[in-house]
Amino acid sequence: MARTEQAQRYVGGGVLRKEDPELLTGQGKYTDDIVVPGMVWAIVVRSPFAHARINSVDTSRAGGMPGVIAVYSGADLASEWAGPLPMAWPVTEDINNPPHWPVAKDKARFAGDAVAVVVAESRAQAKDAAASVEVDYEALDPVVGVEAALRDGAPLVHDEFGTNKCYTWPLADGEVDDVFAKAPVVVKERYVHPRLIPNAIEPRAIVVQPVPSQGEFTMWSATQVPHIAKVTLSITLGIPESKFRVIAPEVGGGFGSKLQVYAEEAICLAVARRLGRPVKWVEERSENYLATHHGRGMIQDMEVAATEEGKLLGVRAKMLVDMGGYLQLVTPGIPLLGAFLYAGPYSAECYSVEFTGVFTNRTPTDAYRGAGRPEATYAVERIMDALARRVGKDPAEVRRMNFLPPFSEPTPTPSGLSFDSGNYEATLDKALELVGYDELRKEQAARRESKDVKQLGVGLSTYIEMCGLAPSQVLASLRYVAGGWDSATIRCHPTGKVTVLSGATPHGQGHETSWSQIVADALGIPFDDIEILHGDTAVVPLGMDTYGSRSVSVGGVAIHHAAERVKEKARKIAAHELEVAEDDLEFADGKFQVKGAPDKAKSIPEVAFSAWTAHNLPEGLEPGLEETYVFDPPNFTYPSGAHICAVEIDTDTGKTEVVRYIAVDDCGTIINPMIVEGQIRGGVAQGIAEALFEEAVYDDNGTLLTSSMATYAIPSAAELPRFTLAGNVTPSSTNPLGVKGVGEAGTIAAPPAVVNAVIDALSHFGVTEIDMPATPERVWNAIQNAKGGSK
Amino acid sequence: MKRIAVTVNGTRRESEVEPRQLLVIHLREDLGLTGTKIGCDTTSCGACTVLIDGKSVKSCNVLAVQADGREVTTIEGLAADGTMHPLQEAFRNNHGLQCGYCTPGMIMAALSLIDAGTPLEDEEDIRLALEGNLCRCTGYQNIVKSIKDAAGQMRSSASA
Ligand code: FES
Ligand code: FES
Repeated sequence: MARTEQAQRYVGGGVLRKEDPELLTGQGKYTDDIVVPGMVWAIVVRSPFAHARINSVDTSRAGGMPGVIAVYSGADLASEWAGPLPMAWPVTEDINNPPHWPVAKDKARFAGDAVAVVVAESRAQAKDAAASVEVDYEALDPVVGVEAALRDGAPLVHDEFGTNKCYTWPLADGEVDDVFAKAPVVVKERYVHPRLIPNAIEPRAIVVQPVPSQGEFTMWSATQVPHIAKVTLSITLGIPESKFRVIAPEVGGGFGSKLQVYAEEAICLAVARRLGRPVKWVEERSENYLATHHGRGMIQDMEVAATEEGKLLGVRAKMLVDMGGYLQLVTPGIPLLGAFLYAGPYSAECYSVEFTGVFTNRTPTDAYRGAGRPEATYAVERIMDALARRVGKDPAEVRRMNFLPPFSEPTPTPSGLSFDSGNYEATLDKALELVGYDELRKEQAARRESKDVKQLGVGLSTYIEMCGLAPSQVLASLRYVAGGWDSATIRCHPTGKVTVLSGATPHGQGHETSWSQIVADALGIPFDDIEILHGDTAVVPLGMDTYGSRSVSVGGVAIHHAAERVKEKARKIAAHELEVAEDDLEFADGKFQVKGAPDKAKSIPEVAFSAWTAHNLPEGLEPGLEETYVFDPPNFTYPSGAHICAVEIDTDTGKTEVVRYIAVDDCGTIINPMIVEGQIRGGVAQGIAEALFEEAVYDDNGTLLTSSMATYAIPSAAELPRFTLAGNVTPSSTNPLGVKGVGEAGTIAAPPAVVNAVIDALSHFGVTEIDMPATPERVWNAIQNAKGGSK
Repeated sequence: MKRIAVTVNGTRRESEVEPRQLLVIHLREDLGLTGTKIGCDTTSCGACTVLIDGKSVKSCNVLAVQADGREVTTIEGLAADGTMHPLQEAFRNNHGLQCGYCTPGMIMAALSLIDAGTPLEDEEDIRLALEGNLCRCTGYQNIVKSIKDAAGQMRSSASA
């Protein structure tokens, strides 16, 4: 259907995704789909031990096997590294930061640590030969848990430090100890947040193509961060950044697990440089469980001080954080992303948190959807329920009396940050109404009364998160070594088409669609005439990539500003051509119109043509219509919301069923409601899975027991409920679009909503705590213990 | 090496394969049909789902030689003359995909359910029938909706 030239309002509309036709027909190219002529295959040999000295690596037998081109030990490749793998967030000055070499030389520090690399003509040949690499290991005692790791005499993951402690990072404000000493009510609980395995359905994959005569390298990688990978790997490998191009083609989900610069990327570059041939490596799922970073893994001692009525006075929390065997890209900094949120959306007089990072002989941890904020939110929302039980009030009421009042301009909070906008009580009210809270409470009372086998519980989570990473100066104060800006370039072609270069690199979020909506509205260009390019450092030179729900609130805002710049220049050209003053023009219906004479007008495509011919430009103006903007946000954004979960627990079996789930979110202005809802649904699903199913379980030897999709409980459609979503938008005061971000809301909000519901269902038995995942066994045991204890 | 002939998306393809070659690798690497994905090594995820003689199978769990003489349909075989299949349309209209990695497998699994006459009127039926296909992005609700829509449409046009 022909579109009129009237202003199209794309922003806020449910435009279908541009990305889909390609993905739906099997034409999308992910890294494993890329084939380069002459390509060889690499397989990584991994330590089966969590902790072992590597006495020797004998590659001779493997090297003689059919098709094998080379076999390298850690020592063989040592000369390839100009530096260790990157760690970009030394959170304290005295952090213990061990060098992390792509292939271990002396010691394996987790089961899955790379110890050798086999390169062969085919994948099967490389795999066959990998089994013949003979490594002489001397098994060492492993440290598996964070508390055990801190005990005197614990085996050391990194001998040189004389301790397994990595760092301690404190943040305090107000007279904390004094407030706690005097407070009428203090509630203290311990929450164990299990390690999780991110499980993007696309495993990692890497292809490196060298041009030996030029010293050039192109790397395709299933990564969230091609730009960051380019900078950091050029340092690790000593490849001039100017000769190194990184491409993230279609990427099949990341959830933080591809916000990483991995050993295998460095290995493939090194092998390609040694051999002068293209190299491919594709992760098997079982490798993914061991060698792709894990998430969470934190023990939280959470305390609140309050009045008898339940009014919060202060927050005090101490956390032990499992780093795993090495520090990956931002491992130590992950908890800091939650560090400012331990008072949630509530007010309090004082605030103190302290994080201690601890090395263990397990897979390194790093970002997993939410990264630090789910941990913080879990502690806050669990303790709000505990506080409600303690003061004998409904959890909704205790939250209500503690919420920060509604605001639309930056407002200081207990941790020292200024939140951007919010109306927390209204959001909660909406959720309570949608879930039918009063009815549920009545039903719950009836079932308790009748001693129903199936008990009902209702759990609240009124979360706040911190997105839009990040103001570069704030990052500097937190000792993160990079900036938090992002870039956009808008190129208006003489034919009226528009190309947009975005530094945000999607992996399923639909940036091409959302960005096109922003540009279409800003410039009056038809949606289909806009092409978005991303994820290739040669095409988009400036970028900080996608993580931490930053894309729209940094990259999307950069696009808005770039469009404003385009319009600024276009206005000059239009005014010149129409022979009026710039002020006499207004931009309406996608055109510069002469005020009072709308027939005299120039559209952006018309101006773009004039800018290209350059036949009649205003004095001194450069030809062309292309503008770049690099946006460094002045503040974070703070999405918030109220999620309410109702569960039914079969008290005979301990099985929990989510019977109702309501999510009311304030992610600021919404560009595409369909995409936003998709993000929330996906996140809530992962959050429910975190609460009920998923956990990386290790035995005492440091062997991962849940080491495959068959043993780690990723939920299928059959295990998950429907969710009901609603919104309560307060536009962010941080940026002109009013956007906040939505990618992580679900995983942040859902776990405490679900666990609070589980405890609520059983509280009349005396159950007050249960750790994630609330498996049937755990729930059943909690019931039995509570019943036994109450006898 | 063994010589096999498989009819893939309507075209007969003859090749020499190693007896241990998996069908999914044969499709992807020998025939260049990379629309079929690999997500695991324990036959858990369903990303590799294709049809053999109209029935869905996980092609990571089938040897290429087992497909000899049979008909294989992959995601590349669904759109005809530049028009997407009703399932593909339904996934697009209902935002049934995000990263798209599970999508080919989801669609092939759904197609075989629809063709086999599996009851799909109820969302619960669809959820149960889809147990062998994992998606990490969508939370499934929109996938379920997509399949429900497509099934309704395909069945009503089949009976019309
Ligand atoms: S790749 Fe076949 S089921 Fe996962
Ligand atoms: S859309 Fe990404 S795994 Fe399903």
